[in-house]
Amino acid sequence: MTRLNSPEELTTFRQEILSKRDPNTPCISVCAGTGCLASGASEVITAFKTEIEKQGLTADVDTKGTGCPGFCERGPVVVIYPRETCYLQVTPEDVPDIISQTIKEKKVIDRLLYVDPTTGEKAALESDIPFYKHQKRNIISNNIKIDSRSIDDYLAIGGYSALAKALSRMTDEEVLSEVKKSNLRGRGGGGFPAGKKWEGSRSAPEKIKYVLVNADEGDPGAFMDRALLEGNPHSVLEGLIIGGYAIGSHEGYIYVRQEYPLAVENITIAIKQAEEYGFLGENILGSGFDFNVIVHQGAGAFVCGESTALMTALEGRVGEPRVKYIRSNVRGLWNRPTVLNNVETWANVPLIIDKGADWFTQFGTEGSKGTKIFSLVGKITNTGLVEVPMGITLKDIIYKIGGGIPGGKKFKAVQTGGPSGGCIPGELLDLKVDFDELTRAGSMMGSGGMIVMDEDTCMVDVARYFIHFLTDESCGKCLPCREGLRQMDKILTNITEGKGKEGDLELLEELSETVTEASLCALGTSAPNPFLSTIRYFRDEYEAHIREKKCPALSCKELISYYIDPDKCRACMICLKKCPVDAIDGGKKKIHIIDQEKCTNCGTCLDVCPSRFSAVKKVSGEPVPPPIPENERVIEKKVKENE
Amino acid sequence: MDIERIDRIIDKHQGEAGSLIQILLEIQGENHWLPKEAIERVSQKLPAPISRIQHIATFYKAFSLVPRGRHEIHICMGTACHVRGAVRILDTVQDLTGIKSGETDLDLKFSLETVNCIGCCALGPVMEIDGKIHGKLSTADTTDVLKKYE
Amino acid sequence: MSEIRLQIDGKEVTAGEGMTVLEAAQRAGISIPTLCHHEKLEPFGGCRLCIVEVNVGGWTKLVVSCVYLVEENLVVRTRSEKIDRIRKNLVELLLAHAPGSPQLQDLALEYGADKDRYEKEASFCIHCGLCVRYCAEVKKLNAVGFVDRGIRKEIGFIPEIASKECNNCKECFPLCPTSYLQAAFVLTESLGPVSGLTLSASKK
Repeated sequence: MTRLNSPEELTTFRQEILSKRDPNTPCISVCAGTGCLASGASEVITAFKTEIEKQGLTADVDTKGTGCPGFCERGPVVVIYPRETCYLQVTPEDVPDIISQTIKEKKVIDRLLYVDPTTGEKAALESDIPFYKHQKRNIISNNIKIDSRSIDDYLAIGGYSALAKALSRMTDEEVLSEVKKSNLRGRGGGGFPAGKKWEGSRSAPEKIKYVLVNADEGDPGAFMDRALLEGNPHSVLEGLIIGGYAIGSHEGYIYVRQEYPLAVENITIAIKQAEEYGFLGENILGSGFDFNVIVHQGAGAFVCGESTALMTALEGRVGEPRVKYIRSNVRGLWNRPTVLNNVETWANVPLIIDKGADWFTQFGTEGSKGTKIFSLVGKITNTGLVEVPMGITLKDIIYKIGGGIPGGKKFKAVQTGGPSGGCIPGELLDLKVDFDELTRAGSMMGSGGMIVMDEDTCMVDVARYFIHFLTDESCGKCLPCREGLRQMDKILTNITEGKGKEGDLELLEELSETVTEASLCALGTSAPNPFLSTIRYFRDEYEAHIREKKCPALSCKELISYYIDPDKCRACMICLKKCPVDAIDGGKKKIHIIDQEKCTNCGTCLDVCPSRFSAVKKVSGEPVPPPIPENERVIEKKVKENE
Repeated sequence: MDIERIDRIIDKHQGEAGSLIQILLEIQGENHWLPKEAIERVSQKLPAPISRIQHIATFYKAFSLVPRGRHEIHICMGTACHVRGAVRILDTVQDLTGIKSGETDLDLKFSLETVNCIGCCALGPVMEIDGKIHGKLSTADTTDVLKKYE
Repeated sequence: MSEIRLQIDGKEVTAGEGMTVLEAAQRAGISIPTLCHHEKLEPFGGCRLCIVEVNVGGWTKLVVSCVYLVEENLVVRTRSEKIDRIRKNLVELLLAHAPGSPQLQDLALEYGADKDRYEKEASFCIHCGLCVRYCAEVKKLNAVGFVDRGIRKEIGFIPEIASKECNNCKECFPLCPTSYLQAAFVLTESLGPVSGLTLSASKK
């Protein structure tokens, strides 16, 4: 492979690739992202290749492992081009049918299609599936079309044309101008205008500058960056190189979370390929611009997602954030001007350069332009990554795209923004999702995690969970965060265990002020948010825990008791056998009773009781009903006959 | 771990100012823990004060200063997994293996660690063992999965 | 060095360029409480006690004066209801660890902090970092360092270095506000052959 030394050579090479590809040739795209691999995608890919060879179709049908399209819960996901038939939860056993029916006879296999849980309707094409239909997948739609390890696939869909355009037909100032015009705001959490950040670095007098990709994605529940970096690494790389050109930086770093080994692998391969093809290195495409990229792995610390901590980690130190009165775009990595942006932010850049800021600004709201990828997870029917224009309502995301709450349960809240964010209750579902609206509601956009919670979720426990998470992940340098969270964790844990007392809520509120106002970095200053937002909308739950020792969601282990409803129990003995501590007394025709002394509240009996009986019940804040007298425990024969 | 292997890893990153953590990650990856000799060698060659390496090795969860088991179990405690019952999976694994998070059993068979998000949130609750991810776990599934490891 | 004029607590103060607000205040005889500050060490910004309110261009914000550099026409307030409340809370959080520390007791008196607001914690290190930073920046020996993070963070001596250097130095000992440092040293020493320190060396 000889280096491409000019935009013209790139165009010619791209045309050569396309000329060898017939768009009518069937292509079986199997998602090979971490999620689908965990569900068995590599066995499915192997099965396809074997079956195709067996049937002598190798020259006529392509198979490829692709990037993650985001519908992880229904994986392995298979999309068959050119029709774009979409099959879900495909197993190796389904492969022979797919080859013989869909490929050869062009027939659709019903059992592998998406079924709408309310209407029962099936969707044959990817674009018909409600999960995808209501999204605006400007960025992530490419994932399923390419083999993440093939630079040629990326070129075939137009990759690196934005870089060629920037380097040959635009000055660095014009590139910066276009990004500013697009009003692209950081997708990592801060929502800071990218163009403004770039400008600060560009005008700094230092010669050596850096551009960084923050691929630490520490927010639990968020995996958009994983899908992007694994699935389409070149799109991120292209954005980074363009950014380097705009500000005058020749060195880039990609800081990837160590918990994402596939992303580390794929971006490393992409960099080697880009170097081979001439998109990295010296005199890129004959422009005179040099640029190199190094990958650094994280080592398991959430705080390293904070920009100054990330830079400290890149310097080979512990990830302790720095007091930042001079912004890092002026004094950052090694005290030099540094632009740090999130993976998704960088992935937007080639689109903005290619199609123009005016194209970009047609999506979104006044203050938040473009689309955003959210990870819609938790108690939701259609779990996965959704890309939507800013300004779409929460209701549409949760119900139209997400398919609502499973199991007939009631929606309670949606948590956004990770440990820095808050919970948004049902009465605010008409909220138009954008940076400022979410902040006004007491939460924030954050990196894009959207965790849906239902009536079984205890909001006090949610606050406790996030504070506890941060006591572990805090770097421990500054007093308010380290000690404030330590005490908040203790108090919240006590409340969930029934040991809360009057004055606890006021103390938590006072501590929240200290932590918010006096902490060194954003991890600390935003740490009380989950508590503050839950107490704003769900204060009654906190008070029930403290005053009545009751968990209204029937979730906090120390505050609930299990009992078996004698009217519903059919003495089937399943729970009796499964109970890990033999706390259930009963027999074949004898109604079961849980011994409250022995019961550890593990919940196994509730899980295993057949749904047609649903005899196991939970209570909180009140004693379990007294056991029925012995003679009433025997199930009469005639009752059984009438069933 | 012999000095040559350590030196090879250090030399590979020669010239890169911030490479300390990357070097330690490679040693940890190959050896499954950071023995004292490795830390002393790195301190000598880079050079870097031992106190800095000690802080790094204890600050970042990826490192271990004691030998780890043959199979490293990572249980995701991220929010999506938590909401779907990750705590019950952790309890089950702790009961079955007899060790708590951060510990290794006496046979050096299993090491258990909680992690804060592997990125498979749609498949929660999730457990990862030796790089293989097991998703959509129930407490019963967990028992079956662990039985397969020698 | 050009002279910069700013206002602290209503008083006109001049400072050199590159000075911190804390240094400017100290020069003008205005006292701001600190715990992790030391003139021989780089500012740490960890204890947050030195927070002050600054008004620059119409924006008011809380900053740590040991790091924040002076600016022309900066307006600084070192005490206010909010600042005092925050300092009181910070001292109470520390008193849970080290109620016996003289510095903390003085601060408790000044800000009305209640030493029993929180249950007592096991470790009485307050993480001012003076020992670690002094040994690293002034002595350049790195005999003591930080360990772990978050609420599990601790300090620890490196036995191989401490056994050679500490007995002839101990310059960090008087810096410790809680005497946790001395306790940690004695503990490391008492581990004897395991830690590499020998008792005979400590008797000197």
